[in-house]
Amino acid sequence: MAESIRDKVAIIGMGLSTWGERWDADIFDLITEASVEAFNDAGIERNQIDACWVGYYINDNATTGLVVAQALQLQQIPITRVENGCASGSESIRGAAYGLASKQYDLVLALGFEKQKDSGFGGLAVAGAPGKVYSMYAAELGAAPGRYALAATAYFRKWGLSKEEGKRTLAKISVKSHHNGARNPRAHLRREITVEQVMNAPIIAWPLGLFDCCGVTDGAAAAIMCRTEDVKRFAAKHPHDYITIKGLGIAASPGWGKEKTDYDFTYWDATESAARQAYAQAGIKNPRKELSLAEVHDCFSIAELIGMESMGVCQYGHGKEDVDSGAWEQNGEIPVNISGGLKSFGHPIGASGCREVMEFYTQFQQKAQEPSRQLKDVKFGLAHNQGGYPGQFVCGITITGAPDV
Amino acid sequence: MVGIVSYGAYIPMFRMSRDVLGSVWGKSVGRGERAIANADEDSITMAVEAVVDCLTGIDRQTVDGIYFASVSAPYKEKQSASIVRAAADFRENVDSADFTNSIRSCTSAMNAAVNAIKAGVAKRVAVVASDSRIPAPNSEFEPILGDGAAAFLLGDSDVAVSIEGSYTMSSEFHDIWRKESDRYHWAWEDRFIREEGFEKMIPQAVAALMKKYNVTTKDFAKAVFNAPDARSHAQIARNIGLDAKTQVVNPLFDAVGDTGCAFAPMTLVQALEEAKPGDKILFANYGDGTDAYILQVQKQIENVRNRRGIKRHLASKMPLNNYGVYLQMRDMMEWSPSLRPTRRSAFTFVWRDRKMFYACYGQKCKTCGHIQFPKQRSCMYCQTQDNFEPVRLSDKKGKLFTYSIDERAREIMLPLVRAVIDLEGGGRYYSSLTDRDPSKIDVGMDMELTFRLVFDGKKEGSGFRNYMWKARPVRC
Repeated sequence: MAESIRDKVAIIGMGLSTWGERWDADIFDLITEASVEAFNDAGIERNQIDACWVGYYINDNATTGLVVAQALQLQQIPITRVENGCASGSESIRGAAYGLASKQYDLVLALGFEKQKDSGFGGLAVAGAPGKVYSMYAAELGAAPGRYALAATAYFRKWGLSKEEGKRTLAKISVKSHHNGARNPRAHLRREITVEQVMNAPIIAWPLGLFDCCGVTDGAAAAIMCRTEDVKRFAAKHPHDYITIKGLGIAASPGWGKEKTDYDFTYWDATESAARQAYAQAGIKNPRKELSLAEVHDCFSIAELIGMESMGVCQYGHGKEDVDSGAWEQNGEIPVNISGGLKSFGHPIGASGCREVMEFYTQFQQKAQEPSRQLKDVKFGLAHNQGGYPGQFVCGITITGAPDV
Repeated sequence: MVGIVSYGAYIPMFRMSRDVLGSVWGKSVGRGERAIANADEDSITMAVEAVVDCLTGIDRQTVDGIYFASVSAPYKEKQSASIVRAAADFRENVDSADFTNSIRSCTSAMNAAVNAIKAGVAKRVAVVASDSRIPAPNSEFEPILGDGAAAFLLGDSDVAVSIEGSYTMSSEFHDIWRKESDRYHWAWEDRFIREEGFEKMIPQAVAALMKKYNVTTKDFAKAVFNAPDARSHAQIARNIGLDAKTQVVNPLFDAVGDTGCAFAPMTLVQALEEAKPGDKILFANYGDGTDAYILQVQKQIENVRNRRGIKRHLASKMPLNNYGVYLQMRDMMEWSPSLRPTRRSAFTFVWRDRKMFYACYGQKCKTCGHIQFPKQRSCMYCQTQDNFEPVRLSDKKGKLFTYSIDERAREIMLPLVRAVIDLEGGGRYYSSLTDRDPSKIDVGMDMELTFRLVFDGKKEGSGFRNYMWKARPVRC
């Protein structure tokens, strides 16, 4: 019978590359930067790694796990490339965790990265890679901003928000993300913005404007993981400075939700399912009370709003109240995207799921660099990471926590 | 009795005032406006619209043939009629053929259809004329040409307009032409085209027709014929001996423009919309010769009234006042190169799902009853596998459930309005909206589907024309 992953696996080291528009860096640089920081943080040597899972989405000049072997000169170990759209980062941690829990390996590297800024044009570097064959129907579905915007229109309509009220609610979410990101030395976009700036910014896909959309970022994130019982063996120098995995939820929606007349675009079904799985494993009954922080997949502002409702942290239709009351701000009931989120920290597709976990790791270790953004009494953290589009999602939720809770 | 069983027409939504051309080029170019096909339209898609209009209330499975007449077919080698047939959801065991290279092609196709029906090889044949010719910028043709289509269902039962007589002449003449290598039109001197061409040839053929059937101009309630322009049209009427006020059906030069193969047929549709049982109509169509007909309106005309035709399509329009947008719609300049990779498609995709892409078939689950699109192996609702019946969705109306307006999409007609539409009777259609005013989009709007281009096969779409059904606000 299936067992919960709870506390079986520990993360003993994490690392990030510099995130941003990395004109100076290729994928090997990004992989190296993040991995070496994680090796050093864990206090291990790269030749101790038994296996690796790597998540990335777009890169045309890489198709397998070989890129990690090439970058780090890992010698003849199993390296698996995983890809689940924008949820690829969660998938790398999940694969690594199961490899450890099944006792196939003792020490593993989980990695996510994305190099977007070699495309030569703005925006997501994904559409129509050379050789990619489109169904016309896929072309009719369009790009990410327009697809998420469908949900914003539907959300405003369902919950009786005027266009102005709806836009303002979303604007407050982006303002909060930028406020948090501006205090995070490792974030990509470190500039405070105002509600009026967001409201008056150029429209990308109505109702979403420029500041409703996350940054296009290059970056990598890495985690060193072992079984919890082996922490003392691998992290002898810091045997108490680790977190454990409490729950791993992942769900792929049936994919045609958006074509079903009973789907109204105001909830994320895969998020509901993944959260249910992860809470059950982690033993979380009341996420709003029990979670110390949530890193939510806010590729667009509406994604955070509906994501919070779909995870049961906020009741359906009550997102605006939480936003207006500041419940998701640093000093609110549950800090959401204290890192700055995808919006401000950046969103190198395959790296985000791993990076979200690192925010909890950093906060737990009281190493939030900038004192003003350090949370106290950190016990459980949730990382929400989703790929696809409203009505067609794959979602990964990783709950991590202090070893002793 | 063989004749026209039904008729239909199509005029694209956009109209360009000739004042726009006047201000762009700094000269006077005449009055009125041109109908301009949207960027996702061509002579094939307009033909589908006209055929669908013509077949209102008529079982499409009863049609035995489809003849497509055009001098602006998007393919030089590859039939267009077969695409129109597939989109109109006619049977596969029918004849399809293109009639082309002359603006007289529509009546050539009608003659072939009549002959097939008389010979007993077909009961009902659809003939459609459609043109979207691209005039050279700042040429004499630019203010004149317009886009549109007309369709007729010909048959030997339920005839609304019988063909009582016909006369055909062929003449070798160079008035307007394009060779294989020519993008734009050549023309001989306009006075020669008018005086030795239209104004002489049409009256000659009409005279021969009237002599052959022993009728006079007085016998005709209405007269329909083409011409290079309004002035010449009036001269032809005088040369035939028609009364301009009472007999001549006003051609669509000012409201639509010269629609090539579709010009005389569209004018005929206009005449039929007003025609009364018992009316005799003179119909003449010129181009490399002349076809002339005596048509007799039957009482069955009353059964085919509820068409969009010319009148309703004419009244439904949006201004196109931006010449730069027009140049983009017709891809008439060399544009900035882009690093964005072009989107490829695969004809094998289209071929495998041809009922879905061309005729817009979804499926109804025989287990749970839900209609769904696109087609699936397993039901989206109850997961039952392979238990569906096909359902044509192209003629379903719907309501806009939600939308977004994408300002950055890779489309000519920005912004791209993305729409989710719930169809009447069940089923949801996810599509971009065409023929729309972005400032007037709202949840709950009435929607319908129209056959359009997705990739034009130039820069995108693997070299072939990629068509499928898109949504638009209910036109009229």
